Amino acid sequence: MGKHILVIEDEPNIIEAIRFILSRDGWRVDTHSNGEDAVEVVKRTLPDVLVLDVMLPNKSGYDILKELREAEDTRALPILMLTARGQTKDREMAERYGASQFMTKPFSNAEVLENLRQLVGADT
Amino acid sequence: MSFNLLVGVCLAYVAALFLVAFFAERRAQAGKIGWLRSPIVYTLSLSIYCTAWTFYGAVGYAARSGLEFLVIYLGPTLVMVGWWWIVRKLVRIGKTQRITSIADLISSRYGKSNLLGVIVTVLAVVGTTPYIALQLQSVTLSFAVFAGDWRASGRQASAWQPVDLNATALWIAAGLALFTVLFGTRNLDANERHHGVVSAIAVEAVVKLVALVGLGVFVVWGVASGPADILARIDASPIADWQPDASRWVSLTFLSAVAFLCLPRMFQVMVVENADERHVATASWAFPLYLFLMSLFVVPIAVVGLGMMPAGANPDLFVLTIPLATDQDGLAMLSFLGGFSSATSMVIVAAIALSTMVSNHIVMPLWLSFATKGATVSGDVRQVVLIARRCSIAAVLLLGYAYYRISGGGTALAAIGLISFAGVAQVLPAMIGGIFWRGATRIGAAAGLLTGFAVWGYTLFLPSFGGSFLLTEAVLEHGLFGIGWLRPQALFGIEGMDPVVHAVMWSMVLNTLAFCLGSLFSFPGPLERLQGAQFVNVYEFGASARGWRGGMAEAEDLLVMAQRILGADQAQALFQRAATGQGKSGYLPDPSPDFLEMLERELSGSVGAATAHAMIAQIVGGASVSVEDLMAVADEAAQIMEYSSRLEAQSAELGRTARQLQEANEKLTELSIQKDAFLSQISHELRTPMTSIRAFSEILRDGGPVPEEDVEKFAGIIHDEAVRLTRLLDDLLDLSVLENGQVILNEQAGNLNELLDHALAATHAARQERPMRIIRDEHAEDLLIYTDTDRLSQVFINLISNAQKYCDAEDPELRIQVRQRGPRVDIVFADNGSGIPEKSQTLIFEKFSRLSDQAAAGGAGLGLAICREIMANLGGEIIYLPGQGGAAFRVTLPLARPKAAAAQ
Repeated sequence: MGKHILVIEDEPNIIEAIRFILSRDGWRVDTHSNGEDAVEVVKRTLPDVLVLDVMLPNKSGYDILKELREAEDTRALPILMLTARGQTKDREMAERYGASQFMTKPFSNAEVLENLRQLVGADT
Repeated sequence: MSFNLLVGVCLAYVAALFLVAFFAERRAQAGKIGWLRSPIVYTLSLSIYCTAWTFYGAVGYAARSGLEFLVIYLGPTLVMVGWWWIVRKLVRIGKTQRITSIADLISSRYGKSNLLGVIVTVLAVVGTTPYIALQLQSVTLSFAVFAGDWRASGRQASAWQPVDLNATALWIAAGLALFTVLFGTRNLDANERHHGVVSAIAVEAVVKLVALVGLGVFVVWGVASGPADILARIDASPIADWQPDASRWVSLTFLSAVAFLCLPRMFQVMVVENADERHVATASWAFPLYLFLMSLFVVPIAVVGLGMMPAGANPDLFVLTIPLATDQDGLAMLSFLGGFSSATSMVIVAAIALSTMVSNHIVMPLWLSFATKGATVSGDVRQVVLIARRCSIAAVLLLGYAYYRISGGGTALAAIGLISFAGVAQVLPAMIGGIFWRGATRIGAAAGLLTGFAVWGYTLFLPSFGGSFLLTEAVLEHGLFGIGWLRPQALFGIEGMDPVVHAVMWSMVLNTLAFCLGSLFSFPGPLERLQGAQFVNVYEFGASARGWRGGMAEAEDLLVMAQRILGADQAQALFQRAATGQGKSGYLPDPSPDFLEMLERELSGSVGAATAHAMIAQIVGGASVSVEDLMAVADEAAQIMEYSSRLEAQSAELGRTARQLQEANEKLTELSIQKDAFLSQISHELRTPMTSIRAFSEILRDGGPVPEEDVEKFAGIIHDEAVRLTRLLDDLLDLSVLENGQVILNEQAGNLNELLDHALAATHAARQERPMRIIRDEHAEDLLIYTDTDRLSQVFINLISNAQKYCDAEDPELRIQVRQRGPRVDIVFADNGSGIPEKSQTLIFEKFSRLSDQAAAGGAGLGLAICREIMANLGGEIIYLPGQGGAAFRVTLPLARPKAAAAQ
């Protein structure tokens, strides 16, 4: 049984790409595309690692990150932030709110895989 | 001359008047007022005073009672020469208070009292009906003169047989109603002006003058052998023996002077239709001159007629029978048209004036009280007013026809005219008192009006039926209940007086007495007092009563209501002006007291003062006059007033500047935030499709196991995303080209209808899962425009797809309305969703200003920015229309761009 990963992202094509890459690599992939109830979904499913987009409908990825870091059971959850804005300001925000990793779109598939493996490996 | 030829000429004449009215209306709509409103046209329009009574009746009057006919001309002459300052004051008040009729004047003066409005309206209808009947009768009679073989039989009675007089009268009434409805209620102008009608009337004024003078010249030099001969004939005729009756002379002159001021139709042309106060100065000499010319040949015509016609001939018809008897067919025709003009112009203006009163003071208040609160916002008031006016016009003419049938058309023309004059004269005390005496009150005005009206009815109007209507002959003979001093024609035992003099004396004396006593013994309400000060001191006060306390009203509600009454364009222009005046941009000014007063004045131009007041009160709620306001007006210390008004002006100026600065500042901050957001937005919009492209292309390139069907799917995604990326870049480039004005327009002729078809087809294909109902008016869309049709389609597609994306109604629908306005065309796209919040309305045309961040929206938020730039390049504009229920955008563009501008 592979590691469990939750991808929170609203762009259907990007979800599809990530799902394909990770499933082929043996991960168990869940996805969610709305910002509003994202925190709830994470708390309910408690994945091994979380991929979180910044620009989400109804609620920003940073707000979600902040809430997850404030909650007991998700404080240490490895989180990879993905953003398409790619400015220094965004990287700083991600660091300040406690993202484990930060990547800018477009990304290299290999790099994403490697980063995620690292995050899970470091965790276990 | 054949009867059919006569009818033909008559119809041709009416058609010509139609054309005059139509083109004047067109000119006015295009904004070219110019000569339409010259002092000469104003003076000529006053000539509706000279009705068929003056045209036919004056000669008859002279033949019966000698020079007494002159009183009819003397009265107005005295008013214009000696009392012009009353006219000027009325005109000034009419303008500042936006008075729509004489009933509105009285109602507005006495605290916007609807009761008074109703009384004056009823009085005017009762007083005018016989007069309209008189006009119908005169036209019918003149038809009959032509129709019968008058010359063969030499008797008038036999002339009546060939034509069905009643049917003729009915046809004339119907025709006049149609003309009046067409040109009197074409639009609900805020000023209640009717350019078309006034122009047609000016033409008719010229026709009647030419006809009467032409006949006079013929009589003096054609029938008689010059002025000397005529003078000799006058000496020999009974007219020379006529002895003036001083009491009749004085009271009739007074009566015609008063009628000139009080007749609803005179008030309409003199005050309501007046375009410029200075025109009164011209009219003060030009109108007496007109009257002088009209009266110059009356006696010669009468004398020649008396000498030429058989003993029983009707002198009222000499104007027609003299040229017929001397085989002057052309002249007879001209005379006929003159009489026809006199009758029709009077009826048309009277019907307009009465219908305004009836709809504003009777129909609208009833409608307002039956409709639930808030109806002013939801119902289409404009439509109600227009229908009310049209029905009132028809009803007024029907009443005139009914009176004509009941009275049998037997009474001499002059007698009906005088009865009518005496009736409307009852408004005089309330009117003159109202504009010169601040102590006059509503109670006084009502008491005076009702008393005068009752006395007039009892002593003159009802007796005129000769005991056949309401008053029996017994009452006429022995008084009411057999009480001698209540005899209608010898009130309080004063006998031996001429019935008209008797009635005028008693009705005016008792009316004035009741008015004064009622005013002295009653206490005016606050609003009455304010209005009184406004009217009496009209030259000192600039603005209207300080009535409204704002704050409770929503500007958008007011706009919605104003749109229903004034029409969308006019209301929006008005609100925009007011907002600009306050230093705000957009359509929604603060509902300040000043703004509410201004709005009330504008509305009262369309629906009358009392109704406008009630409508605004419905929205603003609560009482309208505060103690401070009362004090401010009651205090007549001019210095304090002036000082405080200067302070007010200064603080208003400061406030305006502050608001302008604040708004500019807000806008700059907003723009700067947007500019920052712009880069990160562009980045995001570009990177998102690139991410998919890169991810999938790596999957395909790296050669891991990929199922066959996925290969195809992934390649498809890469392709679609590449297309999306290109489109985004195209949009950005497009926007930059448009913004820099470097765009090359490909202008060509196209049909708007086809362009909309094309745009709708393009958007339907793109989004089928949410069907939207489209409401169009294909007929109005059938317009040829010369522009860059591709660019215009781009705008349409954008607006339609926006509506599809954002309209959140259960049952979404999109209304597309096309309206040509002169050289430009408006295309409004309005959906039935919840619209755009007020605070965002000015931002939506900025780049990346997608209001919600939903992916559902699809585009990058460049659509409306591009639309705005395209419209600017096409010489038009696109704006958001607030207060339409849903989101509404109006695209305006010229039908064809001027070549010079297109070349740039």
